[in-house]
Amino acid sequence: MIYEGKQKIWSDYQKDIPDDHYFYVRSCIRQSFFPASEATFLDITRNRLGKDIFETEHHTTCGGIAYHSDTIPQETVMTIIARQFALMAKNGYENYVCSCITSFGLYCETMETWREFPELEAKIRENLWKSCKLEFVKPKFLIHASDLIYKYRNQIAAQAVRKLVNVHTGEPLKVVEHIGCHYSKMFPSKGVGGAEYPYVLVGMIEAWGGEIVDYPERRHCCGFGFRQYFIKGNRGYSLSNTHKKFESMEPFKPDLIITNCPGCPYFLDRWQYVIAESTGKTYGQDGHGIPALTYEEVAGLVMGYDPWDLGLQTHQVGVEPLLDKMGVEYDPAKKYLGKGGKDLGMPFPCSCLK
Amino acid sequence: MVDFGFGLVPSSRINLDLFDKEKYDELLSIEPDARICMACGSCTAVCTAGKFVHTSLREAMEDIFNAKPDKALETLRACQLCGKCSMVCPRGINTRHLIMSITKVYSKK
Amino acid sequence: MKNNILIIGGGPAGLEASAQLQRMGYNVILIEKSPKLGGHLAKWDRLFPDSVPADEVLGGLLRGTEGVKCFTDTDVRAINRLDKSYNVRLTNGITVLSDAVLVASGFDLFDAVKKEEYGYGIYDQVMTNADLEAYFKTGSDRRIENPGKIGFAHCVGSRDEKAGCRSCSKVCCATAVKQAIEMKQAFPKAEVYCFYMDLRLFGRHYEDIYLKAQKEYGVRFIRGRVAEVSENYDGTLLVKAEDTVAGKPLKVTLDLLVLMAGMRPSAAGKVIGDLLEMPAEEDGYFAVRSGIAAGQRSPIPGIFLAGAATGPKTLPETLADARAAAMEVDRYLTEIFPDAKNYKQLVKERW
Repeated sequence: MIYEGKQKIWSDYQKDIPDDHYFYVRSCIRQSFFPASEATFLDITRNRLGKDIFETEHHTTCGGIAYHSDTIPQETVMTIIARQFALMAKNGYENYVCSCITSFGLYCETMETWREFPELEAKIRENLWKSCKLEFVKPKFLIHASDLIYKYRNQIAAQAVRKLVNVHTGEPLKVVEHIGCHYSKMFPSKGVGGAEYPYVLVGMIEAWGGEIVDYPERRHCCGFGFRQYFIKGNRGYSLSNTHKKFESMEPFKPDLIITNCPGCPYFLDRWQYVIAESTGKTYGQDGHGIPALTYEEVAGLVMGYDPWDLGLQTHQVGVEPLLDKMGVEYDPAKKYLGKGGKDLGMPFPCSCLK
Repeated sequence: MVDFGFGLVPSSRINLDLFDKEKYDELLSIEPDARICMACGSCTAVCTAGKFVHTSLREAMEDIFNAKPDKALETLRACQLCGKCSMVCPRGINTRHLIMSITKVYSKK
Repeated sequence: MKNNILIIGGGPAGLEASAQLQRMGYNVILIEKSPKLGGHLAKWDRLFPDSVPADEVLGGLLRGTEGVKCFTDTDVRAINRLDKSYNVRLTNGITVLSDAVLVASGFDLFDAVKKEEYGYGIYDQVMTNADLEAYFKTGSDRRIENPGKIGFAHCVGSRDEKAGCRSCSKVCCATAVKQAIEMKQAFPKAEVYCFYMDLRLFGRHYEDIYLKAQKEYGVRFIRGRVAEVSENYDGTLLVKAEDTVAGKPLKVTLDLLVLMAGMRPSAAGKVIGDLLEMPAEEDGYFAVRSGIAAGQRSPIPGIFLAGAATGPKTLPETLADARAAAMEVDRYLTEIFPDAKNYKQLVKERW
């Protein structure tokens, strides 16, 4: 692998990311999948870095899940999006940052469609006025939340209490980065680093001391694939895609997977359990899995947040081997305690996956 | 083991890394023309049996190149050995002989 | 009086045209922007279809140019159209008053880095057709160490609208077959695969080398474009394509992948074209007066074209094109140019 060749491509795909003042929209599913990730994003950006990140309880889903399941007309989705943009303008913002990759892809797709077909944009404007009595302004900058953490990666590194380094060996951790399909595959120029060799997560890993694992199936879908997962008859395809990725990354012995999409960390995490329990195969060391974390969780770990406050107990694959490698102190007794010490209950033990 | 009601799906992808060079060399030793098929499909187009059942020399050659010899044997099973394909092969392959050789070499396990 | 003729580009087309015009008694000035004459030919080892050494062909071309004023490391600084002639200022300080200008600016090799999914310049074991010729010439390349499995990816920067290259580059299929054979000769135990969309082997002897590649060398031809390449843990390559004959996706592990980079319009030629205000077609190659009947005449009187400046050509086609261009220049300089009184009328009728 020739690193300079990648650097050249990365330099070709840079995008403007304003430093401050954002309207933030959450993901539908991340709050239940990885409950502390969005809270950590807000805490890091607002309280640790002093940025102005605004959110309102009035925003809704972007409609992306319904859109990708073919259950909603495109005009309806666009009107939902137009309403979000109207909320942004109403609150005095012009930079839009979203937590979800599918939302990001859908916003990009919508803006591009409006650019190509202005008459459709006019129609959506009318729809929004008729339905909500709102007028929208398109964002000046539309970015994904991982773009922003990428932008702040060195500031985060400056406040870091630990690195992505194995404290026992002094070696950098081997980190797999996995980008959500809708981040840049549709519009490579809208992603940091493009679609073929995305840099957005690589930049974080480098800034925080880890070593990138570039494995053959890095471009492959995590396995979610919307309808491949939603319908049980297709679920084997979802599982098989994830399996393919793990088989491909296995020889590189990764310590950690870092992702920027709602679905990817979920499937890369949960399917390791299903693969283990149905075939006996595990991909981490000594029967463990490979922890698949969100970028906010990884940022939180390097900045010294308590792993249980980051919600790492909600991962199927145990994170303890990673925490031990990174030298993170944690209280095993507190793993399944919720806010205020409430007992969340222990999950049913796995027979194959440690 | 847990049954989730779904599981890993076998891949339909051709994996050339599985190509059995030794076996293929054995075929070549008796049938050097196995190399020169250019997948034009003339043999399949005129096949007497192929109009009614699935059989195709062109496809069988592809299966051999693609490390699926069992599929090739299955594809050739319905051949009547009439030799009509040898009349149309633009590269003059003795197709009837080739079919016999494939069967001979790849039937041995 | 001997007419001055300026030829821009010292590749095969420029060399052959200058030799012919010199023989006809014209005063030929040949300029080449690089330090060496010969263009891409000077970097090639052997030529399809018969593997003739490139040096031999180039030597013959260079011998023919005796008496031609050749300036290497020289480019055009400015061009002024006079009444009939061209006043051309060169970067070496010389000014040429030229009665005809022949543009033989050739082609650029497609920059394979642009096909990001193939990883040229990123994966250690990916090279181009030009790199492989350089290896044949010098005998050394860090990527080649007794490779067991070698792939050739046809159509890299050809028939690829997304990469901005719609047309076929014409020479790559034959080059791939030639190089596949040469690699088998160098490494007889290697497995060699060619990934093609169509085999465009139209010329004399071309089908022969295709048959030879299959029959004598066992090269496997797979109909399907290489779609993506990755690097495995051990540094080998994972190559994916569809076998469109079998109708199935396919993967193979390779030790070396050779990208058949196609022809692109010359960037330096475009600068010359802009100076001359000479039109190019949508594909970037220069437009000609008539693609069938006047393929060596530009739309501008007194400006001629030869070789790959007007689209991908094989070497024999380029040489034939250069000879035709020489004939066209001669016809212009004898029939149209000298008649000062009727020049405009003659141009109208005969250009």
